[in-house]
Amino acid sequence: MTAPSPPAAIVRVRGLARRFTLKGVLNGVDLDIRKGEFVALLGRSGCGKSTLLRAIARLDHEAIGSGEIRAPERLSVVFQDARLLPWKRVLDNVILGLTGPDVRERGRAALAEVELGGREASWPYELSGGEQQRVALARSLVRQPELLLADEPFGALDALTRIRMHGLLKRLVASHQPAVLLVTHDVDEAIELADRVVVLEQGKVAADVAVELPSVGPERAARFAALRRELLGRLGVVDGVA
Amino acid sequence: MNAHAFAPVALAETEAPTLAAPGPDAPAAPRRLGLGAADPLGWLLGPALALFAWTVGSCIGLIDPRVLPAPWTAAETAIQLVLDGRLPDNLAISAWRVAQGLAIGVSSGLVIALLAGLSLAGGYLFDGLVQMKRAIPTLALIPLVVIWFGIGETMKVAVIALAVFVPIYLNTHAALRGIETRYVELAETVGLSRLAFVRHVVLPGALPGFMLGLRFGVMSAWLALVVVEQLNATSGIGYMINLARVYAQTDVIVVGILVYALLGLASDATVRAAERRLVAWRRTLGK
Repeated sequence: MTAPSPPAAIVRVRGLARRFTLKGVLNGVDLDIRKGEFVALLGRSGCGKSTLLRAIARLDHEAIGSGEIRAPERLSVVFQDARLLPWKRVLDNVILGLTGPDVRERGRAALAEVELGGREASWPYELSGGEQQRVALARSLVRQPELLLADEPFGALDALTRIRMHGLLKRLVASHQPAVLLVTHDVDEAIELADRVVVLEQGKVAADVAVELPSVGPERAARFAALRRELLGRLGVVDGVA
Repeated sequence: MNAHAFAPVALAETEAPTLAAPGPDAPAAPRRLGLGAADPLGWLLGPALALFAWTVGSCIGLIDPRVLPAPWTAAETAIQLVLDGRLPDNLAISAWRVAQGLAIGVSSGLVIALLAGLSLAGGYLFDGLVQMKRAIPTLALIPLVVIWFGIGETMKVAVIALAVFVPIYLNTHAALRGIETRYVELAETVGLSRLAFVRHVVLPGALPGFMLGLRFGVMSAWLALVVVEQLNATSGIGYMINLARVYAQTDVIVVGILVYALLGLASDATVRAAERRLVAWRRTLGK
């Protein structure tokens, strides 16, 4: 038997290295995610954050590298594009691959949760970008994942839709309690949503910061601004100027 | 020089409506680049104009009836051919040949395309062979097919099936291999089995390609029919046309050719109607 990991960590990455991937390299990444924890993975393009997510999602069949990854069997991925099958109606997209007598009911419930009740029979092309991404969220959550991996899920949405999606994701995560790894390059989004922000730079963890925002009040704004400055600094941006 | 003189007029004509419309500050209406909704009967315009020209040409004696009989002569002949049973009998025989050839060509093309598209080994085994077959015009194989199958019905059906097989295979195979990687990744993350992946992702994704192949295949079937029915046939529309040529009955030839055209159009329309139902999830420029 190997040495037992801390009981609460459901994702454990040790010394992960990846070379020759299209979206960047990893040079020895260590990362733990505890049960129910919301971690944002922040970094510039090409820093390896998508590579890390794809490795945890077991999608990097052709990658060359080394290291140890442990992740739960029950994990779901939300991609930057909603990735709905255009030939399946919304409900059939949500329950894709599920079997059992009550899957259609569960799918309907998941759609209602993302405020798309009544759109079960629509074709994907009939939905807006934000609605499509909500279907993708429903498709992930109906599987009751222990770990939700989200690769810049709001990157292709407009600013207003993105704010609504932040609220929705917060509520969904609060009720389903999966651990979340959210890949983003948006510092505000990371602070807004996550319990912990991990900054990745040149394939290595450059910072690991707990967010711990007070829920309301002027203290919250001050803490938010301080965190924002700190994280932007880590990313090589000083006071909003590159 | 004349072109110069006309240019200002043309400009004034195109500009006038925009200036006259909602007021000087209103921005120009955006240019619509999509085609908009098509009139379902719009395709009839070309045929109607051709029929009109044919009628007028025959009326004023511009078209020699020995070269091309008048439309009403062709219509009379068609009625005569239907009444004496020659057209229905020959049509039934021709349609039966096409149906058999299509059934064999479509099913074999589809099965081989699935074998070659869904497994690497199948691809290695079949794709090279079919690509070679594709380079040979089906009609060039007729001498060989005649030696193998004689000059009876089997040969005719075999040639039609060979002509149908290639477009069905090519389009289905290309569509199967063209499934996007992002859907493959999705299938992996939701944990689809190989069978479920084929059923929910690959086959529906390749359906538009297959339907396109079917349209080409149906057209190829009628094309092959015309050729085989002019070779040693003793029945069928092609035989009827050939016989009419011997007796210089241009009107019967014209009727035969029009029947071919109608059959081709009708079968293409059938496939397209099926396509619209099966591929309703697609939104395209022409819809």
